[in-house]
Amino acid sequence: MQIEFDRTKCVGHNRCYLLAPELFDVDDEGYAVVRIDGPVPASLEAKAQLAADNCPEYAITVVD
Amino acid sequence: MTGTAPPEGSPVEDWATDFDHTTSAWAADATDIWDDLRERCPVAHSDRFGGTWLPTRHEDISAIAHDTEHFTSQGVIVAPFKPVGLAPVGYAPPITSDPPFHEFARRILLPAFSPKAVAPLEESTRAFCASLMDQVVAAGPLVDASVDYAEHIPVRVIAQMLGVPESDGDRFRGFIHRILEKPGQVAPPEDEGTLINYLEHIIEEHREDPRDDLIGYLLDYRVDGEPLAPEHIDGTIALTLLAGIDTTWSAIGASLWHLARHPDDRRRLIEEPELMTFAVEEFLRFYAPVTMARMVSSEVEIGGCPMAVDDWVLLPFPAANRDPEAFEAADEFVIDRERNRHAAFGLGIHRCLGSNLARMELRVAIEEWLARVPDFELADPDAVRWSSGQVRGPRELPVRIVGG
Ligand code: HEM
Ligand code: SF4
Repeated sequence: MQIEFDRTKCVGHNRCYLLAPELFDVDDEGYAVVRIDGPVPASLEAKAQLAADNCPEYAITVVD
Repeated sequence: MTGTAPPEGSPVEDWATDFDHTTSAWAADATDIWDDLRERCPVAHSDRFGGTWLPTRHEDISAIAHDTEHFTSQGVIVAPFKPVGLAPVGYAPPITSDPPFHEFARRILLPAFSPKAVAPLEESTRAFCASLMDQVVAAGPLVDASVDYAEHIPVRVIAQMLGVPESDGDRFRGFIHRILEKPGQVAPPEDEGTLINYLEHIIEEHREDPRDDLIGYLLDYRVDGEPLAPEHIDGTIALTLLAGIDTTWSAIGASLWHLARHPDDRRRLIEEPELMTFAVEEFLRFYAPVTMARMVSSEVEIGGCPMAVDDWVLLPFPAANRDPEAFEAADEFVIDRERNRHAAFGLGIHRCLGSNLARMELRVAIEEWLARVPDFELADPDAVRWSSGQVRGPRELPVRIVGG
């Protein structure tokens, strides 16, 4: 599983950082930053899905 | 639109053609009104306030919130008076601003409201909620969860951030009532003064005695060596002072109203505290307090309805949150809902700047209430009074503490 993050859609709702802090950080202005490079570790796949499912702006997608 | 508006405050006959969101009928039944309209007339219209549209589908509300080309934020509170010619700055940046100025005004504030900047405020918020709960428990078993608890929390938090006396809380609530709940319908009591007088006074105090708070930060802010325009500073202080009070108060109050009526949800939150992350978002979805507005800036069609320049458009994010096209079992409160892209904090570039603060306050307020009062019920369901206007929540909420 890979995380695709579209920074142009992110407006800083901060849902991803709350639900999956292992995968997402926020910068000083509150915009999301993906913390991992490459595939999502298997143990965090459910969290990646949660983040994608809760972003109100559809800025996060997960692809297999 | 050419129709003649019905007299101000007159009863509504059909919400599809003549709604009025400032009436007590709306306050009591808004959710049913949205559900009914979504089915039979998803973009309703009223001649009141000089012509106003009311979309109720998530799709339309999202499209408008993301479309800064056809819609302007120079007017965000639907009132008989239409602010025109104020774009792109508006009277309270950034909420009344349009691109490109909006981004400039918003970025000044973003760092102060970022998740990491807000986290340290949790400790003092929790201590304050706990001290309010001491009073609630001592006053019990009959207390008002809105008047004795919810309404005090956001006032305290924002007063601390801005650096204004918390004891001015009644004044802030007075401004909110006049400006937001009954726009243009209530004059200020003489002894209280206007919001403008109040702002002058607190800014003057900060100039004489510079402090390390949000007002101090705005006064010190420089762009190429120049301070921000005085109107910008005033507007932004007024906005940050008022935007977080009745909104968060409503969210806390509505959540307690829910918990008073749902013992199972109370029990689950106490037994499974890890559910709180999801519960907070579900409270926000189901009881979203804030409806914003836009004005049409160039002709556009939404949901098949032709909108004309300077028409008002209400943006009922709470109605978007109840749209069955966007949410599974939209009309059910699901405390552990895992897929919840709710729009309580808006969508697009104006996403609530205070959302991290509000979320923290809501979570802490519920946790501290349940820690002290795990069992309670409505004292008299008919005595609950909801606010009218664009921010909706219980203003009177008498409850009875059970046991203890
Ligand atoms: C549960 C509580 C709250 C809710 C539901 C809420 C809701 C909203 C919504 C829907 C918007 C979007 C406005 C638009 O699209 O025009 C907004 C904007 C805003 N809110 Fe909140 N709000 C809450 C609490 C707060 C708090 C605590 C503050 C703190 C000062 C705050 C400050 C702001 C500001 C400054 C904006 C304007 C942002 C911009 O235009 O860029 N809000 N809020
Ligand atoms: S939830 Fe979406 S909009 Fe919010 S910070 Fe994460 S990516 Fe950005």
